[in-house]
Amino acid sequence: MKACLRVCSAASCRSRGAATLQHTLSEAIASAGLEHRLRVKEVGCLGPCSDGPLLAMDASPEAQTQLYGSIPAADAAQLAASLTQAAARHTLAQWCPAGGQRIDLNHPFFQLQRRLVLEHCGQIDPNSIEEALAAGAYRQLERVLQTNNPAAVIEQVQRSGLRGRGGAGYPTGLKWAAVAQSPGTDKLVVCNADEGDPGAFMDRTVLEGDPHTVLEGMAIAAHAVGASRGFIYVRAEYPLAIARLHTAIAAAHGQGWLGMAIAGSRFNFDVELRVGAGAYVCGEETALMQSIEGKRGMPRPRPPYPAEQGVFGLPTLINNVETFANLPALLRLGLESYGRGTKVFSLTGHVRRSGVIEVPMGTSLRRIVETMGGGAAAGRTIKAVQTGGPSGGCVPANQLDTPVDYESLKALGTIMGSGGMVVMDDTTNMVDIARFFMAFCREESCGKCVPCRAGTVQLDNLLEKLLGGRAAPGDLEQLERLCHMVKDTSLCGLGQGAPKPVLSTLRHFRDDYLALVPAETSR
Amino acid sequence: MSLCSLRIDDHEVAIAAGSTVLQAAREASVAIPTLCFLEGLSAVAACRMCLVEVSGSDTLLPACITRVQEGMQVHTATPRLQDIRRTLIELLFTEGNHVCAICVANGHCELQNLAVEVGMDHSRLPYRFPDRPVDLSHPLFGLDHNRCVLCTRCVRVCDEVEGAHVWDVGWRGEHCRIIAGLEEPWGAVEACTHCGKCVEVCPTGALFHRGDTTEEKHSDPARLQALMQARQQQRWNP
Ligand SMILES: Cc1cc2nc3c(=O)[nH]c(=O)nc-3n(C[C@H](O)[C@H](O)[C@H](O)COP(=O)(O)O)c2cc1C
Ligand code: SF4
Ligand code: SF4
Ligand code: FES
Repeated sequence: MKACLRVCSAASCRSRGAATLQHTLSEAIASAGLEHRLRVKEVGCLGPCSDGPLLAMDASPEAQTQLYGSIPAADAAQLAASLTQAAARHTLAQWCPAGGQRIDLNHPFFQLQRRLVLEHCGQIDPNSIEEALAAGAYRQLERVLQTNNPAAVIEQVQRSGLRGRGGAGYPTGLKWAAVAQSPGTDKLVVCNADEGDPGAFMDRTVLEGDPHTVLEGMAIAAHAVGASRGFIYVRAEYPLAIARLHTAIAAAHGQGWLGMAIAGSRFNFDVELRVGAGAYVCGEETALMQSIEGKRGMPRPRPPYPAEQGVFGLPTLINNVETFANLPALLRLGLESYGRGTKVFSLTGHVRRSGVIEVPMGTSLRRIVETMGGGAAAGRTIKAVQTGGPSGGCVPANQLDTPVDYESLKALGTIMGSGGMVVMDDTTNMVDIARFFMAFCREESCGKCVPCRAGTVQLDNLLEKLLGGRAAPGDLEQLERLCHMVKDTSLCGLGQGAPKPVLSTLRHFRDDYLALVPAETSR
Repeated sequence: MSLCSLRIDDHEVAIAAGSTVLQAAREASVAIPTLCFLEGLSAVAACRMCLVEVSGSDTLLPACITRVQEGMQVHTATPRLQDIRRTLIELLFTEGNHVCAICVANGHCELQNLAVEVGMDHSRLPYRFPDRPVDLSHPLFGLDHNRCVLCTRCVRVCDEVEGAHVWDVGWRGEHCRIIAGLEEPWGAVEACTHCGKCVEVCPTGALFHRGDTTEEKHSDPARLQALMQARQQQRWNP
C-alpha cells in the first residue's frame, strides 16, 4: 500500500494556507513522478484546529500515523522538496515537516474521544465517494432498504434515546414517528445546516469532512418516514461545505445512492441544496421552512408543527446535520454498542488546544476543557464555560464536574445547545459576555414580535449602560425583570432564549454585575 | 358540531371545537386585549398582548391562535399578565415616536386605548426617539413611520383581502419598517388600488387620509368585517 499524506482542508486550516500547501505538495509529488509512492490528499478536519495547518502522514500500514501541526504554509516549496526527497528515498516514515510540530496522538485530546459521527472525517477525501464507500458509506441505507421495515427503524431510533443535536434536544424517534403518522404521501425531509451560534462549527466540520454520512442519514430518515424529497438548508457563509455537498450529491446520484430506485429498491429520494442568506433566525425551523419556500424567513407560532404542516404545507421532518449523521453509526452498532451515543463539540476560547471533538455523552466538562483542551493558559484560571450559544448560559468553574448531558446542563441554567463550547478565563468580565450575546440577538431578531424586537434593544442598552459605568439604582432589577418578560413572551426560540446568557451570568456571577453598580446604589 | 367547554376566569363557556380562546373569551364577554389580531385577517400572534395563562402549563399562550380544549382553565388577567401587557405597551411607546397630542388618531387610537387599559401612566423604560421618515407620496393617503407599531394589519389586509400586496415588512429587528412595493415611495407603487383598506385597519395614526389633521382619523375595522361577511354570504345589500 502506498503512503498517504492527509492535508486538512477544512475552513480553519484553509484560512492558514492549507489549500496552497496541499496543492504545492501534490504538484511536487506528481511532477517528480512519485504518485505511486505517496498520495497527497485533502481531508476534512483533523481535530486540533488551534494547531493548524495540520498534516497527517500514514507512511505504511505498520507505521503509526504521525500528526504534524503549525506547518509553515508559506514555506510550502521547501516542504515539497523535502517531501519529494523522502518519497524518493523511501524515508517517508521519518519525514518531518521542517518548522512544523509533531502532535502526540496519545494526548487525551485524541484518546478520550469516541468518534461515531466524525469516524471518517479527516480520514477520507470528502470529494471522493469511492473512499466514502470503501469506508462503509451507504451500507446502512442499503441494509435498511433490503429489510424494508420503516417502523422497526423508527423504533430503534426511539429506543436509542437519540435527541436532536440542533439545540432543543427533542427526541428524534418521536419526531420521526409523528412525521410517519402524518397523513399524505408527499412528505419532505429537511437537514438544518444553518449553524449560526457564535463559536459553533461542528456541523460545518461534518459537512466538510464527510458529507456522505449526512446524505445517508437523510436517506435513512426519508425511508423511515415515507418521504421522497429532501432539502439541505446551509448557510452561505460555508462555501466549502456547499461545494462538497454539491459534489457529494452529484456523486451519490451517479452511483445510485440518491435518485430513483435506490439500491434496486422501490425507494426514491432526491436532495436539493438551499443556501441561506445569513440570517441567524433562519436556523429556527419554521423560519427555515419559510426561507426554503422563497419567503422572508420569519418564525410562525407552533402548532402546527412541521410534522403536520412543514415546507409547502407538507408533513416535514426537520433534523440537524449531526442528528442525521448519527444514524449510520447507530444502525451499524446497534443499541447496545451505541449506548448513550456521543456529542460533537467545537471547543474554543481560552483553552490551550481548541478544535472539534466528539466525546461520549456524559463526559464531564472538566475532562473536556482541562484534560482534553489543556485548560487555561499559564498563569490563568478558567472562570466559566459557555454552552448553548445565544440561548445558552455559562457554567462556573466550580461546576466543571457536571457531565455534559441534556438534563445536567439544564439544571445549571444553560443548555446543551448545538455544541459550541466557549471557555473563558479569569480575565473575562461576564457582563461583557452577556452583552455580546444580547447585542447578537438584537441584531438577529427578525422583528416580528414585540418583546424580542423591542425588548432586546432595551436589554442591550441597559447592559451597555451598566458597562459604561452609568448604572442607576434599580437598573439591575429592571434588567432582571425585563429578561424574564422577554423570555416568557417572545414568539420563537430566539427571543425566548435571548435573555438566558444574562440570567445565567446573573445567577452565577452576580458580583460581576454588582461591581458595575455604584456603591451607594448597590444593595 | 362538537362543543368544547372550558373555563375562562370565572366564566364557564361552551363553544364549537376548533374555536380560539379569544373567540371563547369574547363569547363570554371577557375582554382580552389584542393589537395585531383583527377579525377577518389571518392571525400572526406577533404583538403578544393577548397572552393568557392556562392551568397546568408554564407557557403563556396567545389567545388569538390557541385552540380551545375540553376542560381548559384560562386565566386572562393575573398580575403577571397585567405586568406583561403594560411592559409590552411600554416597549411599543418607547420604540416609536408617539406624540398623541399632535396625532391624527388622538382619541381614536387602539394603542392609546390599550395604554389606558393596562394603566400605563408613564414608561418605566427609556424612550428611544428613533429617526423615522414619513411617506407623503400617495395622492390620497400618508404613512408616518413614527407611529407604526408593526402589527402588519396593513400588510395582511392588502394581501389577503384586496389582493394587491402593496405592503410588506422590510429589514429586520429594530430596523423593521413597513415598505410599499420594493421599498418604493407609496405613490409610485402601481399595484395600489387606492382602496384605503390599510388606512381603515391601521390601529394607530400611522396610516391616514391626507386631509386629516389632529384627532380627525377614525379607523373603522368593522367595515372590514362587514365586507368579509358580505363576500362570504354573497349578500351586498344589507
Ligand atoms: C433562533 C434559533 C436558531 C436555530 N438555529 C439552528 C441551527 O443553526 N441549526 C439547527 O440544527 N437547529 C437550529 N435551531 C433549532 C431548530 O429550530 C430545530 O429545533 C432543529 O433544527 C431540529 O433538529 P433536531 O431535532 O435534530 O435538533 C435554532 C432554533 C432557534 C430558535
Ligand atoms: S422572538 Fe424574535 S426572532 Fe422570534 S419571532 Fe419574535 S422577533 Fe422574530
Ligand atoms: S402602518 Fe398601521 S397597520 Fe401597518 S403595521 Fe404600522 S401600525 Fe400596523
Ligand atoms: S392579538 Fe394575539 S398576539 Fe397580537
